[in-house]
Amino acid sequence: MSTTTPAAPTSALSTSRTAATAARVLRQLRHDPRTIALMILIPCLMLILLRYVFDASPRTFDNIGASLLGIFPLITMFLVTSIATLRERTSGTLERLLAMPLGKADLIAGYALAFGALAIVQSALATGLAVWLLGLDVTGSPWLLLLVALLDALLGTALGLFVSAFAASEFQAVQFMPAVIFPQLLLCGLFTPRSDMHPVLTAVSDVLPMSYAVDGMNQVLHHTDMTATFVRDVLIVAGCAVLVLALGAATLRRRTA
Amino acid sequence: MMNYAVQADGLTVARGPRTVLRHLRFTVPRGQITGLLGPSGCGKSTLMRSIVGTQAKVTGTLNVLGHPAGHPTLRSRIGYVTQAPSVYDDLTVRQNLEYFAAILAPGRPAADRRHEADRVLADVDLTSHADALAGNLSGGQRGRVSLAVALLGTPELLVLDEPTVGLDPVLRRDLWTLFHDIAATRGATLLVSSHVMDEAERCHRLLLMREGEILADDTPDALRTRTGTDTVEAAFLRLVDEAAAAHRTQQTTRAQETTR
Ligand SMILES: Nc1ncnc2c1ncn2[C@@H]1O[C@H](COP(=O)(O)OP(=O)(O)O)[C@@H](O)[C@H]1O
Ligand SMILES: [Mg+2]
Repeated sequence: MSTTTPAAPTSALSTSRTAATAARVLRQLRHDPRTIALMILIPCLMLILLRYVFDASPRTFDNIGASLLGIFPLITMFLVTSIATLRERTSGTLERLLAMPLGKADLIAGYALAFGALAIVQSALATGLAVWLLGLDVTGSPWLLLLVALLDALLGTALGLFVSAFAASEFQAVQFMPAVIFPQLLLCGLFTPRSDMHPVLTAVSDVLPMSYAVDGMNQVLHHTDMTATFVRDVLIVAGCAVLVLALGAATLRRRTA
Repeated sequence: MMNYAVQADGLTVARGPRTVLRHLRFTVPRGQITGLLGPSGCGKSTLMRSIVGTQAKVTGTLNVLGHPAGHPTLRSRIGYVTQAPSVYDDLTVRQNLEYFAAILAPGRPAADRRHEADRVLADVDLTSHADALAGNLSGGQRGRVSLAVALLGTPELLVLDEPTVGLDPVLRRDLWTLFHDIAATRGATLLVSSHVMDEAERCHRLLLMREGEILADDTPDALRTRTGTDTVEAAFLRLVDEAAAAHRTQQTTRAQETTR
C-alpha cells in the first residue's frame, strides 16, 4: 500500500504555520481599527486620569501607576483572546483548522505572538507616556517595566484562551473577566499591601499570578538593579503563562461531541 | 492501491445521550461522486465528521484512504466543507484562502499561494469578489468561499456537507459540473451530502440514509430499477415503506413467539 501524496508534516511546532497564524490574527484585527484604537488609547487615558486624580500625592501615582502598567495588558489581552478564540470555536474555523495539518501548538503560539506584538505597542506607549510625560518616578530601567508588561500580556492571552473553552457565548466569555480578573485585582496589593490583609487572603494572594506581576513592577519602581525578588516575580509570571497556555492547548480537541 | 476511499463496518456514533449512527456498513469507491442523501437530522453531518476525524465517540471500523479515520497523515489529503460556512468574516476572501493555503502547504512561496487562491476562486466563480470581506458576502457566496478552501491543495477525498444548499440553479449546475470535473481529471473521490433528492441524479453512487441507518447503497439507476420507480425520491419512499413493513412483521412474529 502506498501513500501517494507526501503528507505535510504535522510536527509539534511549525514556524511557518505559527507565523501564518499570527499574521492572520493581526490581519483580522486590522479590519477592526476601532478595537485597536481602544486597546491602545484606553490605558493611556486611564494613566492621564490617574495622574490628575492623585495630583497632590505623586508617590501614590507612582505606586498605582506602575501596578496598572502591569495590569492593563493582562486585562486587555484576556478579553481580546477569550472573545477571539470563542469566535474561532463557534464559527467552525477551529474545527476546520484542526481537521487540517495544523498543530495545536502552532495555533496557540500564533495567537500568543500576535497579541504579544500588540501588547508591546500598547505597553511601550503607556510606559513611555507615564515615565516621560506624566512624571512617573521609576528607580530602575523602564525596559524592565516593559518586560513585565509583556509577560503580563502573555498571561492574559493564556487565561483568555483557557476560559474560552468554558464559555458557550460571548456574554459568558465577558463574565469570566470579573470572575478571573477581579479577585486578583483586589488581592494583588494594588489597594493595600498584601501583608496587611487577613492571613487567609495573603495566602490566597500568594498563589495568584497577578500578585507577582504587580510586585515585579514595584521592584523596578524602587530598585536600581534587578533584585532577586524581581527575577523570582518574572519567572513566576512567565511560568504561569506557559502553564496556562498548556492547559489551553489541552482544551483544543480535534474530536468534539 | 485500495479500491475504496472509505470503508465502514459496524460504525456507531453516540452524540450526547443518543446513538446517532447505528452499525453502519458501507463503502465509498475511489474516483467517483457518492451522494449521501437523507432527510435533515438523519445523521449525514455526523457521518461526515466521523470520516474527517472531528467526531468524538466513534466506534466500529472506519478506514479512510487506507488509514483509520482521523489519522494525522489524512489531514492534508482530505478537503472538508462543514455545513455552516467556516471562514473568517473579518478577512477578505483572498486573505482567507491564502491563510488556509499556508496551513496546508507551509513554506511555499507567496506567489504560489496567490496562484492557488486564483485557481480555486475561479473554480467557485468568485474571482470578482476576491477582495470583499467574507462577512459582507451573501450566505451562498460565503458557502462557496468555504468550498474554495476545501479545494486548496489537491485533496484525494473531498467531503462536502450540503455544498449546494441555497444556491441558484445555474450555480448549482456549475458546481456539479466542477465536481464531475474534479472526479474525472484528478481522480479524486467526492462524498457530497444533500437533503434534496433531486441532486441524487447527478451522483455516480448513492447512500440513502434515514434515522441513523443506511437504507440503500447503490447507483441511482439500479435503485430505481430495483424499486420499480421513476425517481430517486420515489425509490426512497418505497424503501422507507418496505423497511417499516419489515419492521412490523418482525414485531408481530416476535409478539406471536412470546405469546406462544
Ligand atoms: N452537538 C450535538 N450534540 C448532540 N446531538 C447532536 C449534536 N449535533 C447533532 N445532534 C443530533 O444528531 C442527529 C444527527 O444530526 P446531523 O448529523 O447533524 O444530521 P443531518 O446532517 O443529517 O441533518 C440529530 O438527531 C441531531 O439532533
Ligand atoms: Mg447536516
